[in-house]
Amino acid sequence: MPDLIPALHLSAPELTLAIGGLVLLMLGAFAGEKSTRLVSLLSVALLVAASAVAATGPLGSAFNGAYVADPLAVYGKIVIYLSSAVAIILGTGWMERARIARFEYPVLIVLAAVGMSMMASSGDLISLYVGIELHSLALYVLAAYHRDDLKASEAGLKYFVLGALSSGLLLYGASLIYGFTGSMRFEDIAVVAASGDAGTGLIFGLVFLICGLAFKVSAAPFHMWTPDVYEGAPTPVVALFATAPKMAAMVLIARALSEGFGGAHDQWAQVIILISLISFAVGAFGGLAQKDFQRLLAYSSIANIGYALLAIAAGTQAGLQAMLMFMTLYVIDQMGFFAILLSLSKGGKPIRRIADLAGLKRDRPLTAIALTILSLSVLGMPPFSGFWAKYYVFGAAAGAGYWMVAAVGLVASVVAAFYYLRIIKLMWFDAPLDDVPTDKAPVEAQWIGWACAAFAFPLVIVGLTWLEPLTRAAASGFGAG
Amino acid sequence: MPAEIPHILSLVTFLPLIGAGLILLARFAMKGGADSAARWIALGTTLATLAVATVLVLQFDPANAGYQFIERYEWFAAAQYHLGVDGISILFVLLTAFLMPICILASWKTINDRVVDYMVAFLVLQTLVIGVFTALDLFLFYIFFEGTLVPMFIIIGVWGGANRIYAAYKFFLYTLLGSVLMLLAMLWMAYTAGTTSIPELKTFAFSPAAQPLLWLAFFASFAVKMPMWPVHTWLPDAHVQAPTAGSVILAGILLKLGGYGFILFNVPMFPLASQMFAPLVFALSAIAIVYTSLVAFRQTDMKKLIAYSSVAHMGFVTMGIFAGNAIGMQGAVFQMLSHGLISGALFLCVGVVYDRMHTREIAFYGGLTSKMPWFAAIFLMFTMANVGLPGTSGFIGEILTLTGVYQASTWTAFIAASGVILSAVYALTLYRNVMFGEITNPALKAITDIDRRELLIFVPLIVGTIWLGVHPGLVLDYTAASVEALTTTYHAAIGG
Repeated sequence: MPDLIPALHLSAPELTLAIGGLVLLMLGAFAGEKSTRLVSLLSVALLVAASAVAATGPLGSAFNGAYVADPLAVYGKIVIYLSSAVAIILGTGWMERARIARFEYPVLIVLAAVGMSMMASSGDLISLYVGIELHSLALYVLAAYHRDDLKASEAGLKYFVLGALSSGLLLYGASLIYGFTGSMRFEDIAVVAASGDAGTGLIFGLVFLICGLAFKVSAAPFHMWTPDVYEGAPTPVVALFATAPKMAAMVLIARALSEGFGGAHDQWAQVIILISLISFAVGAFGGLAQKDFQRLLAYSSIANIGYALLAIAAGTQAGLQAMLMFMTLYVIDQMGFFAILLSLSKGGKPIRRIADLAGLKRDRPLTAIALTILSLSVLGMPPFSGFWAKYYVFGAAAGAGYWMVAAVGLVASVVAAFYYLRIIKLMWFDAPLDDVPTDKAPVEAQWIGWACAAFAFPLVIVGLTWLEPLTRAAASGFGAG
Repeated sequence: MPAEIPHILSLVTFLPLIGAGLILLARFAMKGGADSAARWIALGTTLATLAVATVLVLQFDPANAGYQFIERYEWFAAAQYHLGVDGISILFVLLTAFLMPICILASWKTINDRVVDYMVAFLVLQTLVIGVFTALDLFLFYIFFEGTLVPMFIIIGVWGGANRIYAAYKFFLYTLLGSVLMLLAMLWMAYTAGTTSIPELKTFAFSPAAQPLLWLAFFASFAVKMPMWPVHTWLPDAHVQAPTAGSVILAGILLKLGGYGFILFNVPMFPLASQMFAPLVFALSAIAIVYTSLVAFRQTDMKKLIAYSSVAHMGFVTMGIFAGNAIGMQGAVFQMLSHGLISGALFLCVGVVYDRMHTREIAFYGGLTSKMPWFAAIFLMFTMANVGLPGTSGFIGEILTLTGVYQASTWTAFIAASGVILSAVYALTLYRNVMFGEITNPALKAITDIDRRELLIFVPLIVGTIWLGVHPGLVLDYTAASVEALTTTYHAAIGG
């Protein structure tokens, strides 16, 4: 097997993580519960090391095209690894306070990262499916991690059952695609798709595939699990759900559609646009009546995924760049939201209801400012980072001629503005509900929250100047130009 | 002539922001008790900004129709840092710098809750507003334009009246909905023309098919901001609930962003569409003038009355801008500046009695002249200026816009001129009900006349209003070259 060594070299980030994760598992298993902190620390180090490996590693494809390491995959992986690392940092302290700290938590996230990494690098339908299953299985467990908590168990079960259903859809789609093209590899599929020989069967397969993937990114109308899982699962786990897997799935969708079905753009663009439109509407209107902060963030993520999908629908290089830009800025905003949420508790109980934010300005002015910045950013207010994210997306959509879709998206963002404004209103305009002061904040969550807010503004003004060429490079080689 | 100041536009734009930073530093250094320091720093910063703006105006060459003091740096692919002023925008910079110290002084004693936050919000707002007038990049303009919503949302929502939350939401969502369409149009323009520079876009000929859509997208945003009938309904709510200084800024400056936007984008970039939609604008303006004047007459709340009167006066501005001739455009700019002074002063007048009696109900008052002679004189003067009495700046703006519109559409001018009479009806009725007659309400027996701080606030506004009314050339000389260039290219584009 002469190709093995270069292939292993190419997939070094995944190998690092997989082997490292297993070693950490052994360490935890033999050293017992007291090793939790050490395992967490090592997991973070492992993820950071893996992103360094990914950033400096060679580019190319291996395993007969099943594994691709191109700039897009590398960019996606770095975001995935780093946000997973942040989720571990956020989770460790939280789990200790909730008295459910176990070494499995960081190890599961590392294993999920391997799966997400595979998704970002998958070059055929098999590695696509393996990547999705690998990360999903770890996430199912994580969702139910707080196993004595009724809502967490419910969240885990719901996620698992619906996840299995979507995997079924996806597999069915993949089998149709294989049946009508005779190949698993995106490259070969692309040839058939472009020639138009495969006809309706391939389109059927494509639609099933998109539906399965839409479930994974919680795009409407496949979003039903999202609010419940976001509400029930432990907050740091939700912080992970909202960031790394979304990035992985978006990269996967972008690659599968523009590489595998580049020639059938007209066909899948319609489906993706429809999904985006429904996501805008569900995200904007569904969020209006929410009382639970994490449920609100679930609807916010549904709407945001709609924007990212719109960028993919453009099918151009600018669209792909817009998607990467959007997802990066979105991941940072979401991390900030969850970190701040984790840093807030009253009388030993975490703040869950949005109404509990009332008068936060009095107790925690800096956190209130940070949350204000993040809300304005997600709302799309210039010059905060969320505005630039939307700017790229709508620019790409407009460039591709999707004027009306962009207009609907913008109007939906005005509807969604209402619930972000409500957060600001509660913190700044209203008096606290009771005299119970907020508890002392855990240091790591507070600082991560502040750092994410500082990135949303003002650091983004500088940050964009280096994110812009990075995403441009990552998007190069895709789309029509 | 004073010495050249490098980066003077960046300085005048961001100086207030530096002041805001200083206030925050003072808060952290002093740990409470920073209220007084916040007030003084805010006053100092706004006065310094006024000084820089004055230097800017003195160094400006009115004979040059192009942009001056240009600063241009690459930022990243999407936008550039590109500033510059022409004969029109420089006056709005000056107006903003002029009104801000007045607002700070007007809030000196009335705002005692969260003073630091209040002053920071005002200074941030000032930076954003001046930024709108100096930005020459599409997206830089959009950033500043949209950015103004946030501090204003907070000013209304935190320090406003009883129904402030509703008003703050309404203000924010209404204007946001208008501007997202503008964003879409901007994206299209940047994509089509391949540049985000406003001076370059002004020379780019957009296709006749695209112009109406782009025009409407910008119109949606600026018409809400202006506000034009029928999208004016956020304004009375916002005004009534905002604190006095907030109303001054809202009427004095934020409304002008709409008119400035029309002059910056709609007329020069989409001349064909401007000509096509001019009758629509005329009709809406004429309705605004007559209808909102009648509505103003029926108000029982003083602030609401003045708010509706603002809508009516902005009607003159919109029809002047789209009259398509230099005199109408000159009049529109003049009317905006004059209205900035007069409506600001009127809101301050309401603030004076509100601070004493904590009500704005017209029926509560009556016979104040005997107790407040100084105030009566000042209020009378600004009431007359609002009506458009010759000798005040209000007259010049109205006569110029009416002359310009008369050339374009006689009937519109005819209907709009009746608005001048209607404005006399509601303004004089207000004055009579509040000021004249016997004091019947016992609560008013102890009301005091204005003090020195309040007098100090009104003096610059009185001077400005009279000076511009007697010597309008002060403004018109500055705007002449830019307006001339604007109308010449407009006529060249529409082929008339």
